[in-house]
Amino acid sequence: MIATPWATNPFFVNLDQIFVLLRNWLVGFLPAALRPAAGVLLGVIAIVCVFPGLFALTTVFERKGLGRIQNRIGPNRVGPYGLLQPVADGIKSLTKEDIVPLRANAAVHFLAPLVLVVTVFMGFAVLPVGRNMVLVDMDAGLLFFFAMGAATELCVFMAGWSSRNKYSLLGAMRAVAQMISYEVVLLLSSVAVVMITGSLSLPKIVAAQNTYTGVFPHWYIFTPWGLAGFLMYAIAATAETNRSPFDLPEGESELVAGYHTEYSGFKFALFFLGEYLAMFSISGLGTTLFLGGWSAPFSFLTWVPSWIWFFGKVMMSIFVFIWMRGTLPRLRQDQLMNFAWKFVLPFTLLNLLVTALWRFMGEGWARWVVCSVILIAAYVVMGRLEMRSEHFGRRRYRYAE
Amino acid sequence: MLGDGILKGMAETARNFFGSFVSAERLTTVEYPEQRIPTAENARVFPFLVYDGADWEAGMRCVACQICEKECPPKCIYIEKSADKKPDYVGKQQFYLARFDIDVSVCMSCQICVEVCPFEAIKMDTEFELATEDRFGGLLFDRKELSRSNEYYHSIHPTEATEVDARLTEEKAKVEAKAKAAAEAAAAKTAAAASPAPPAEGGS
Repeated sequence: MIATPWATNPFFVNLDQIFVLLRNWLVGFLPAALRPAAGVLLGVIAIVCVFPGLFALTTVFERKGLGRIQNRIGPNRVGPYGLLQPVADGIKSLTKEDIVPLRANAAVHFLAPLVLVVTVFMGFAVLPVGRNMVLVDMDAGLLFFFAMGAATELCVFMAGWSSRNKYSLLGAMRAVAQMISYEVVLLLSSVAVVMITGSLSLPKIVAAQNTYTGVFPHWYIFTPWGLAGFLMYAIAATAETNRSPFDLPEGESELVAGYHTEYSGFKFALFFLGEYLAMFSISGLGTTLFLGGWSAPFSFLTWVPSWIWFFGKVMMSIFVFIWMRGTLPRLRQDQLMNFAWKFVLPFTLLNLLVTALWRFMGEGWARWVVCSVILIAAYVVMGRLEMRSEHFGRRRYRYAE
Repeated sequence: MLGDGILKGMAETARNFFGSFVSAERLTTVEYPEQRIPTAENARVFPFLVYDGADWEAGMRCVACQICEKECPPKCIYIEKSADKKPDYVGKQQFYLARFDIDVSVCMSCQICVEVCPFEAIKMDTEFELATEDRFGGLLFDRKELSRSNEYYHSIHPTEATEVDARLTEEKAKVEAKAKAAAEAAAAKTAAAASPAPPAEGGS
């Protein structure tokens, strides 16, 4: 490992730990008995401020990026370069009337967006956003994350069911079908990482990737099974967060707005927030599992604060999400399900086998060749067999024609 | 292979994304309030009244014949005639406008008033920013607000305005020629009446 002298320079070490030091300094004013609770509280406040802030920025950058993709300029009226657009949007959604349908189940209708945002926030508790910067260092952090992620499906269904609207219910049914299908893939693609590191703790997973050969890091994406796992994880994450091209639950051209059709004003804004926060948390987890979390991409860049790397990687993932949204049209429900159960899931299962093979073949070039060949061959063969064009061809109607 | 179409699409959108920063020709949108596309010559939005010369009241071509008021499909024109008469551009005694109001909120920009006007007095404007904060008085344009000079008409519809001017001068010339001929004839008549026709010089 080639380390630069800057990596041990006290200035950069302190900059790396600046938020931890700040927290310890603030907590130091309190009596010793209150310190642990106050430390956690400060961490929660940081999470609750930073990620919605990122959400606000992302909404404006998404609209500008989509505009650029379509050869437009995008929002540029509110504030310099349109950067204050989220403020205007926030004021708008706060001042709008909060409509509850007459026959809706008011309690569930009210709870759905709240529970969604709360559960999504819970997921951030176990994400290591920097060196020593994790709110709760759980041994089963990955499990906790997925448990919280699964709760969002419940909220989507709560919203769709309680609205008493056919579009809401259709959207919710689609969402549940889609999210449960891809939840399986999401979990199984992460299991590969757990098999290699032997730990469910996210800081340990990052630590396992934070070593270097020469200048290159040992991120899992740079191994055959890691790359395959990452691709499957990315597909599942896109479906899990209802992003285009898997945005069927809220396909506006067919379902008005899907499960949040009957939401207005601030509750709608909460749904919007929850969706973006889910995107951040799932990108954060993908970063942690496959992209080395907060570790630097080259050993000579380790002096750059770890939190910059983490947020940089998350924002890169968000950019890819936006890029895909600007490129790909929405899938049909049967295509979505075929893709999940006939291609992504079998490939992820195969990837588990390949990961096991990688684990037990030991060091050396042989495992690189064997694992790569198996995965590439499987990709080509399964792509040919399972995704034959008859599934994606023109739809044939049995009775209507 | 599975997914190569996706990669191709992603490359295309990436080209658009970065291309829109470097080449301005890619951007098809116009930053509206600051930049404007010049309006087409035959664009039409809302009628205006044409006047000749510098004074809008004196040069008004409209003679309050009320044809447009009667023809207007949504009935958005309100005209009141004057009590007395004034000479028009050819010198004929005509009524003039005591009141001419158009309700912008009712007008449907059909141009029928323009088609039926025999005096070339009402034409279509290209001005489209008619928003106002006062939705009652502000949307009812009176004759002063409606009047635009003939030069303005030339500036927005040059071809049409030139044709109209040619027609009007031709008509004026015709009327003048007729008046001249009539005057000459009258002069000849009076001259003839004053001095009886000289007797024919006989013996030719």
